[in-house]
Amino acid sequence: MTMTTMVPHRAALMAGAILLAISAGSARAAEEQPPEQFHEEPPVVGTLLIDQFEHRWRDGENSINWDAQGWVGGDTNKVWFNAEGSKPVDGEVEEAEFQLLYSRMTSEFWDAQIGIRHDVRPQPQTTYGVIGFQGVAPYFFDVTAQLFVSEDGDFSARLEAEYDLLITQKLILQPAAEVNVSAQRVRELDVGPGVNDVELGLRLRYEVVREFAPYIGVNWERKLGETADIAREHGEDPSDLSLVAGVRFWF
Amino acid sequence: MHTARRGLSRRDALKLAGAAGLAGIITVYPGRRVFAAADQSLNLAVERTRITIDGETSSAISIGGSIPAPTLRWREGQEVVIYVTNRLDEGTSIHWHGLLLQGVMDGAPGFNGFVPIGPGETYTYRFKLRQAGTYWYHSHSASQEQEGMYGAIVIEPAGRDPVRADRDYVVLLSDHTPEDPENVLRKLKVSEGYYNNNKRTLIDFFRDARRDGLGATINDRLAWGEMRMDATDLADVTGYQFLVNGKGPRDNWTAVFNPGERVRLRIINGSAMSIFDVRIPGLPMTVVSADGQNVVPVKVDEFRFGVGETYDVIVMPTEDKPFTFFAESIDRTGFARATIATREGVEGDIPERRPRAILTMADMAMAPGMDHGSMAGMDHSSMPGMDHSAMQGMNHGNMPGMDHGAMQGMDHSAMQGMDHGNMPGMDQGSMPGMNQGKAGSKDQAVGWGDAGTPPGAKALSYADLKALSKAKDLREPSHEIEVQLTGMMSRYIWTLNGEKFDEGAPIRVAYGDRVRIRFVNTTMMAHPMHLHGMFVEIENGQTDRMPKKHVVLVPPGQVTTVQLTADEPGEWPFHCHLLYHMASGMMTRFIVEPRTASL
Ligand SMILES: [Cu+2]
Repeated sequence: MTMTTMVPHRAALMAGAILLAISAGSARAAEEQPPEQFHEEPPVVGTLLIDQFEHRWRDGENSINWDAQGWVGGDTNKVWFNAEGSKPVDGEVEEAEFQLLYSRMTSEFWDAQIGIRHDVRPQPQTTYGVIGFQGVAPYFFDVTAQLFVSEDGDFSARLEAEYDLLITQKLILQPAAEVNVSAQRVRELDVGPGVNDVELGLRLRYEVVREFAPYIGVNWERKLGETADIAREHGEDPSDLSLVAGVRFWF
Repeated sequence: MHTARRGLSRRDALKLAGAAGLAGIITVYPGRRVFAAADQSLNLAVERTRITIDGETSSAISIGGSIPAPTLRWREGQEVVIYVTNRLDEGTSIHWHGLLLQGVMDGAPGFNGFVPIGPGETYTYRFKLRQAGTYWYHSHSASQEQEGMYGAIVIEPAGRDPVRADRDYVVLLSDHTPEDPENVLRKLKVSEGYYNNNKRTLIDFFRDARRDGLGATINDRLAWGEMRMDATDLADVTGYQFLVNGKGPRDNWTAVFNPGERVRLRIINGSAMSIFDVRIPGLPMTVVSADGQNVVPVKVDEFRFGVGETYDVIVMPTEDKPFTFFAESIDRTGFARATIATREGVEGDIPERRPRAILTMADMAMAPGMDHGSMAGMDHSSMPGMDHSAMQGMNHGNMPGMDHGAMQGMDHSAMQGMDHGNMPGMDQGSMPGMNQGKAGSKDQAVGWGDAGTPPGAKALSYADLKALSKAKDLREPSHEIEVQLTGMMSRYIWTLNGEKFDEGAPIRVAYGDRVRIRFVNTTMMAHPMHLHGMFVEIENGQTDRMPKKHVVLVPPGQVTTVQLTADEPGEWPFHCHLLYHMASGMMTRFIVEPRTASL
């Protein structure tokens, strides 16, 4: 996996510290019994999912968007990685966010996560501390909730939920929702206090194999409150509807 | 000797054993040469190889040059020596499944001082055979068993065999995947339901709504959704080729008989993950032995076959026609098949495939989050065909107002051992239309226990197993050990009493103790629980003749109790015999401590 090359060095340092802490723990456990005595060594596994990699067609400029996540670890402790972003089809990357988290199983369906987020774009680059949880809510909703505190002390939060509705074994409809909230106005990032935006998506994918699924869908984003006003001041439409087509794949 | 090339008749076996002296070791494998070694020793090399099944070739590991490994034919009372040479580039081991022996010879790495056999090393196993019957051997390292490291052991009794047979065949079932087993485990860990291609879809929803009503269907989906469980979760791994003696359904392994002969089939489930329903249409089977231990003969049409178990059956085909030995995996993704015929090269019909089961809330009866108190007034009429066979141990006292009158089509045929005395107020008379037989051809079986057995056919139940001889130790157990079968399906973590292997304290019993083990299956999967070193006796109502087993298949949502006499000192593996369950943590140490240590 090329994740470390994609993550800025500050994040890499933090990850290193976390890994050290984990390995120190397991080294202590290993001392008690020589490793070859273990009947089964707990498997350390990893995965990388490109959940969205898509072209968005809209009224204005079309864009390429991506959303990925991956992890390496055992049953209880994992190093977790998130990335998302977008760029106009012809143009520079406008948004690029990376997260590196330590993820720990807290119950059968939930992981608590802590780590850092770094936004390479938009400029100026911003680093956040992240605390949150991730898991499966009753009725099979995949939920991620995260609280961010920026290097300038600004608080914000994000809630994401999605659901897989199987039409057939291979044809799957996925509704998804995301809400972003900010505790205060952050001028540089063009956000106001309160609910900043809501995003709703509906994607229909066909799993050629489990690991590879092309999809089509629609995505609707709406900026709200002061954030919407700021967008209007900049001559942008606070509402954004796009048709999407892309691929979902994982390893 | 040409008959013996395909399978050794008992008479031939005895003749050979005689020729080789009492210490003779006879190895027979279908298609391979039969030979009798003049001494007690045997060399077995473990090496990487390729296996071709129904024309498809994939990677495998063999013991003794073949898959399955050579059948080891021994005689009770012999001392055998086996030199196992590891030609892999990783550690290996061979475990003698079901044999009573000294701990270090048991071959489980990390137990009883046994360390893995390193690359290039030769390990010498030496043990005296203290029993007769059908057993098997397999790797106990990583997932090597899945890759082909398994073979049969047949031990002739020192005295007269109470089972008469003219022919004697090993029928070793297994599952082979072309995938790297490590990757199988990784996929199970990173992607829940990866191998389940029969999940419930929107199309199923509409079909069920038409059949059972919209409200009932929504309630059913909400109930499963609330628990975040999947009613179609019968087997964790699919994509298997199912084998009989290493041969796929098309390669069609064949057992030859002459009409009128008594044919003994020593059926072994050497699968990594697959539970089978086994039948030979047109040929009833008389079960004479379970897990190598003789039982009072019981005639059945089919049996459900847990991983690691063995059943010896006698069949007596009188007609000159081919019979199909048919073993369907319980998730119905495929079958193992062989033919019993008067000559090679003929085929019987492939029988009609049985429906796959959908799990019910009864299969979840022991789940920790399931509140039975809230089941009061629960409308069972919305559960047509609900399978109560798995409701053993479920406290019906908590279910006032349960309307059994509306349980039409309910299948009570498998309710043996269920204590109706605990169900006050349950009015059996008011259950019109209750189906005492089996429903027959259906498009869906309901509940884990529903094998789709047709009306009038007899499926083996543990309650039918009665030891041929009376038990030696008839003491009441002095104490009870509860072993909860637990797990987190969504993460693919499997545990005992909520703890992974070596996370929790081992189970300790004193040498000589008589104990009861109470398996409480809180999961929605069946677990074939295997104790090394000792037999357990299933408390199946046969009082002084409880059957001795080395693997006990505990159905989902059920409680199964066994007794054992802790007469083999050592530190024994105690685990689920589903390979990836064991690899995910479903194992513990069962320590039989010398008396002095506990006093
Ligand atoms: Cu299991």
